[in-house]
Amino acid sequence: MRNRQATQLLFELSKPGRRAAVIPPSDVLTDEPLESLLPSEALATEELALPEVAEGDVVRHYTNLSTLNMSVDTHFYPLGSCTMKYNPKRNERLAGLGGVVDLHPYQPESTLQGMLRLLYELQGILAEISGLPAVSLQPAAGAHGELTALMAAAAYFAERGEKRTKVLTPDSAHGTNPASATMAGFQAITIRSAADGSVDLDDLASKLDDQVAVVMITNPNTLGLFDKGISEIAKRVHAVGGFVYLDGANMNAILGVTRPGDLGADMMHFNPHKTFSGPHGGGGPGAGPICVNEALGPYLPSPMVVREGDAYRLDYDRPRSIGRVRSFFGNVGVLVRAYCYILSHGPAGLRKVSEQAVLNANYLLARVKHILPVPHGDKCMHEFVASAERLKATRGITAMDIAKRLLDYGFHAPTVYFPLTVPEALMVEPTETESKETLDAFCEALFRITEEDADLVHSAPTTTAVRRPDELTAARKPIVKWNHSGG
Amino acid sequence: MDPQQMLFAETHEWVAIEEQGDSKVATIGVSQFAVEQLDGVVYVELPRVGEQVAAGASFGEVESVKAVSNLYCPVDGEVVEVNESLKDSPALMSDDPYGQGWVAKVKLSSDAALGKLLDKAAYDKQCGESQ
Repeated sequence: MRNRQATQLLFELSKPGRRAAVIPPSDVLTDEPLESLLPSEALATEELALPEVAEGDVVRHYTNLSTLNMSVDTHFYPLGSCTMKYNPKRNERLAGLGGVVDLHPYQPESTLQGMLRLLYELQGILAEISGLPAVSLQPAAGAHGELTALMAAAAYFAERGEKRTKVLTPDSAHGTNPASATMAGFQAITIRSAADGSVDLDDLASKLDDQVAVVMITNPNTLGLFDKGISEIAKRVHAVGGFVYLDGANMNAILGVTRPGDLGADMMHFNPHKTFSGPHGGGGPGAGPICVNEALGPYLPSPMVVREGDAYRLDYDRPRSIGRVRSFFGNVGVLVRAYCYILSHGPAGLRKVSEQAVLNANYLLARVKHILPVPHGDKCMHEFVASAERLKATRGITAMDIAKRLLDYGFHAPTVYFPLTVPEALMVEPTETESKETLDAFCEALFRITEEDADLVHSAPTTTAVRRPDELTAARKPIVKWNHSGG
Repeated sequence: MDPQQMLFAETHEWVAIEEQGDSKVATIGVSQFAVEQLDGVVYVELPRVGEQVAAGASFGEVESVKAVSNLYCPVDGEVVEVNESLKDSPALMSDDPYGQGWVAKVKLSSDAALGKLLDKAAYDKQCGESQ
């Protein structure tokens, strides 16, 4: 019998009367009945359904649960487009210093000077890396950065009385691009990719007119290819008076090598939790700082950090700003980690990060293409997309099967079924810190899986606490709430 | 309905034309090939009845375990009926794409877009090439 303290819910471990703390009797002496102290609508009509567990149960539950996780600290994690790079422990130590974690945004500015200086300097650093002069650190995630920048562009055109209604995105774009465009009030229109995976310039030309506000480009794109047409695209978009947005999700490929501003982009976002090693997801909230050109700068969210002599303050006097997009000053914790990471590496070090990330991806590509075809060429930037289409046709093994089976070999799966332009896609991004030995071991696992008995691969994963969930039923009839009756 | 009698868009929608009095009504759905590629439809966003639609424009979405895909209207006209049963049973699209899995009926405002559609043989050829 297997110990299930990790995989059972605390509610399932609950036993009536069991508890972790003994609360002393109330020492507030009153004979007043509860009903006379609180209005009746504030009183519960039944006991709250809370789990009753001992402290030891809770500790074991969470500690065991944490060991079932696959993370950058425990496994190779080649999740394409997500840049699951190592999170240096130095960042955590520095972000945990009292002068950082014990601050409160309601403190007087005079007592926040260190933090304000850090944020001010980060604004300048991101402007330098992006080649775009105006920076807002406020957005709380990459997609939030997209939305904020598009809202700034909308405000820019509204002030000029220009009625621009359309935003163009390539068919290989992250799904957030058309979603952000729609949320910002634009009509999202798809541009086709050419056979080589770049933006189809003829299709772009046929959709480009004076109604287009913004064209959103990811470069390198989601196939891991640098779109050489970027300057031509920018020239054509600018010719009709539109802006070019650069989705910065793939900045890990070009740090210190080229700058979006120099390529003709007018606005972009960074993902500090990707490019600048802040932790993803459970490690704390992300951030999506944006950088824009001079013309769009006045429309960025308020406040911004400004410097006056030796003092720093938050500037709210921004009359053309779109206003706040986040409480306080955004998710500062991950910004501190990005600042530490950038200063730890310096300009030459950041360039080395990208060069190494591209080298690792190309090494992996050169080996993987003999196992699974890579439809878009022999070279890549920081990631590449392989296809299991042939394997599916010949042996019935899909990209999803490979992803699941990799877990048994002790590797996190790559991104699958994205981008949509490649059938049975496996999108692999190794990042810069992985050794040759790790990359070789991953290739070996991939090769073995393609040779394995198809039934075995279909039943994977076999070594994990939870096997293969029925994703189809989960999506069609989701149960998003646990209840006592076991439903 | 017999797929051999249908017309197909390059974007994988099928069209079955029916004469109703003086006008033509197109029943529109998603091809067997596309449904197999989607691998399990979990949600269908239907167009609205009364909506004016143009050929080539997005008029709905199909969500599968893998991805969300646009539904492109293959004809010009007005939506006169939608398949409400897809709301509760999206699996109908996977199980019976040429029958109970139909998406919408559109009363044609012109025949112009029909000329760009493929017959079954030409569509099958396109799908074979993309395999």
